Amino acid sequence: MAENKPTPKVKKKAVPMPKQKPEVRRRNFNEVALGYTEEQAIEEASRCLQCPKPQCVPGCPVEIDIPAFIKLIREGKFDEAVKKIKEKNSLPAICGRVCPQEEQCQMNCVLGKAGDPINIGRLERFVADWERQKGVTIPEKAPATGKKVAIIGAGPAGLTAAADLAKLGHEVVIFEALHLPGGVLVYGIPEFRLPKSIVQAEVDYIKKLGVELRLGYLIGRIHTIPELLKEEGFDAVFIGTGAGLPQFLGVPGENLGGIYSANEFLIRVNLMKSYAFPEYDTPIRIGRHVVVIGGGNVAMDSARSALRLGAEEVCIVYRRSREEMPARKEEIENAEEEGIICKFLANPTRFIGDEKGWVKQMECICMELGPPDESGRRRPVPVKGSEFIMNVDTVIVAIGRTPNPIIQRTTEGLAVTKWGTIVVDENGRASLEGVYAGGDIVTGEATVISAMGAGKKAAKAIHQYLMNKK
Amino acid sequence: MYKIVAKKELAPKIKLFEVYAPEIAEKAKPGQFIILIIDEKGERIPLTIAGYDRKKGTVTFVFNEVGKTTKQLGLLKEGDSITNITGPLGNPSEIKNFGNVLCIGGGVMIAPMLLQVKALREVGNAVTTVIGARIKDLLFFEEEMKALSHKFYVATDDGSKGYKGLGFLKEFIEKDRFDRCIAMGPVVMMKTVCEITKPFGIPTIVTLTPIMVDGMGMCGVCRVTVGGQMKFACVDGPEFDGHLVDFDGLINRQRMFLPEERLSSLLWEKLGGCGCGGK
Ligand SMILES: Cc1cc2nc3c(=O)[nH]c(=O)nc-3n(C[C@H](O)[C@H](O)[C@H](O)COP(=O)(O)OP(=O)(O)OC[C@H]3O[C@@H](n4cnc5c(N)ncnc54)[C@H](O)[C@@H]3O)c2cc1C
Ligand SMILES: Cc1cc2nc3c(=O)[nH]c(=O)nc-3n(C[C@H](O)[C@H](O)[C@H](O)COP(=O)(O)OP(=O)(O)OC[C@H]3O[C@@H](n4cnc5c(N)ncnc54)[C@H](O)[C@@H]3O)c2cc1C
Ligand code: SF4
Ligand code: FES
Repeated sequence: MAENKPTPKVKKKAVPMPKQKPEVRRRNFNEVALGYTEEQAIEEASRCLQCPKPQCVPGCPVEIDIPAFIKLIREGKFDEAVKKIKEKNSLPAICGRVCPQEEQCQMNCVLGKAGDPINIGRLERFVADWERQKGVTIPEKAPATGKKVAIIGAGPAGLTAAADLAKLGHEVVIFEALHLPGGVLVYGIPEFRLPKSIVQAEVDYIKKLGVELRLGYLIGRIHTIPELLKEEGFDAVFIGTGAGLPQFLGVPGENLGGIYSANEFLIRVNLMKSYAFPEYDTPIRIGRHVVVIGGGNVAMDSARSALRLGAEEVCIVYRRSREEMPARKEEIENAEEEGIICKFLANPTRFIGDEKGWVKQMECICMELGPPDESGRRRPVPVKGSEFIMNVDTVIVAIGRTPNPIIQRTTEGLAVTKWGTIVVDENGRASLEGVYAGGDIVTGEATVISAMGAGKKAAKAIHQYLMNKK
Repeated sequence: MYKIVAKKELAPKIKLFEVYAPEIAEKAKPGQFIILIIDEKGERIPLTIAGYDRKKGTVTFVFNEVGKTTKQLGLLKEGDSITNITGPLGNPSEIKNFGNVLCIGGGVMIAPMLLQVKALREVGNAVTTVIGARIKDLLFFEEEMKALSHKFYVATDDGSKGYKGLGFLKEFIEKDRFDRCIAMGPVVMMKTVCEITKPFGIPTIVTLTPIMVDGMGMCGVCRVTVGGQMKFACVDGPEFDGHLVDFDGLINRQRMFLPEERLSSLLWEKLGGCGCGGK
């Protein structure tokens, strides 16, 4: 069939995503991207060549059958399209919004060679939103097995493992340290990129599967893992506690007022809804001149949130150049459209405070790129004598996060790497019997989809373990 | 939901709550704290555990009504519920037989100090206690503390009861040889205590109360400088070697949100949230 070969009729341009205009959205927290209409989705889906050996599929960390779901969209069978995706990915409304598709499935799409690749993420989002509006149906559960599993952490890894295990008939309890479930999806990624109502819908779905959520349980302090297994009656434990420990620069003046870790800033804004202070009780103070240190997604989210909270000027300071920035390209573009300034090849060396202990200036040094380091990126090196001063009143440090340490400190015999991540085998099994782990706590900071994939894999292994256990 | 099973007013604006939280009660130890959030729009605030009853399944804490959240909390009655309580958080105090221990509890922290004194006595320490407050009306637990202490002193900032200020400590520290000093209270008070004990080389443990949000090591707002290193009070503390703490840095960081806190409290009172009907 002609469908298999590129024909001159193939549209090279992707159907653009409707978005809020930059001058409007820079001052509100509503979602930036508005989503495809049915017509737009079908039009975009129709560009897909239905390749016999699709390149997109191996690019997807959970190997969704991409051409199949796109074909179903083209035929208007949205219901079946969602089902197809959900065979592999239980959080499509979330992944469709936050996955770095440009580095995964879309990067490999053959159409990308001479035009725009298929916008797989936007199509995934479209069908997931379509399903949510219509009302999600709860799948049938396997008969009860009488086995109990504890899930630690309600981030994407934990939520996915919980859903899969519940469907298999196990009794599942999630222990989450914060007062709301979702992990980074609720405390990190801002409302304008991922509306919290979507995360809530996923959590509701998991509750409907019969999963019990216990909020405000910091495992390691209230119950330890051995206690869960020996005293609380659980047959297996999955650890999905993420990488939430903020890194600081370690330069003088970092404890001055007005200097936040990105985590503090984002937790205040997202989890505690400081943007609605004083209706919500948690305060946030935002100055006129905000700088964000770092170049990843977390830096972008912080900068764009600061702008929305009313900062006059927001500047991202990054020690390498634009090419090395780890943030998603789409988000860098969004940020720049909104008026955020990027200053490359500079790094803070100290902060200077006013008489009240509030930061007023930041001293930086210029950097140049030397030969590549272990990560393959060119290593930034300071240029002697190139210090300069910037006037600032708010600083957000977004230079990385390391694994949450409490479980590792309180679980004797749990093998941990020198970076604090938990050691697991290819099925997510940790060094203690009945204990599994996955997501950022194993890989270090990664992505939502990889955490979800790890949760799925571990759920499968836990199921096997439980069914073989007498 | 966590139900308040008992409420007491210990002194003006100082209230004690006993809440039903059996799992927390089961695990709580002296020196640890909880974080509570009154309702979905609330702020997360840390309070030190001042007691627990494993049989009844209850945990006790005592708070001072200083701002919006604590004032709102103070309006709750027996039988009302608090949306979420997370705990126990932080490392427990080191409780063992040190010998002769000096315990100093100031203000609202007299309450958790009583719990520590009990624990220290149980393992055989000789305990000298000092309780202090701004004025005599704000003192509480005098009888309870006295009953547990080998020696007992009272101090107030204005001298309305007992000694005026903490200067008197110097004299009896010279006489009694203390193996350890434990101070809990306002930061300025703990700083003064450390200045007094340092020349005598008495190991002094203080409980640091910086602003906190998550209380589990995720935000870094509670960072303090101890021995020149950055520590997170919620997971590395809250107790630290007082002779190594940068108290001025802590005082500065505690004031960070003062204008916003005042605004929040003022608005709430204006809108009649405090129960005064907007007067
Ligand atoms: C600001 C920001 C933006 C991001 N943007 C993107 C993006 O656009 N795309 C993308 O793919 N990825 C993004 N990421 C990364 C992504 O969010 C993470 O890789 C992913 O959330 C990891 O999932 P997880 O389930 O392993 O852990 P988390 O989402 O971190 O969840 C862990 C949960 O465990 C809880 N917990 C921790 N310790 C305990 C304990 N002892 N007891 C009980 N509970 C505990 C935590 O409170 C938390 O809720 C972003 C991250 C951040 C911070
Ligand atoms: C580990 C820890 C244990 C604590 N234990 C207790 C306790 O047992 N009983 C008790 O009453 N309080 C305790 N606190 C302090 C308590 O958390 C604060 O008083 C409370 O958060 C104030 O909230 P608010 O909204 O009522 O007042 P806000 O409006 O937030 O503040 C009002 C006033 O209180 C000051 N304040 C705010 N946060 C703190 C703080 N962390 N420490 C000292 N002063 C502060 C502000 O500077 C301001 O002047 C503890 C704090 C920590 C970190
Ligand atoms: S999305 Fe791209 S790579 Fe995948 S099947 Fe369609 S055209 Fe081929
Ligand atoms: S309170 Fe957030 S790290 Fe300590």
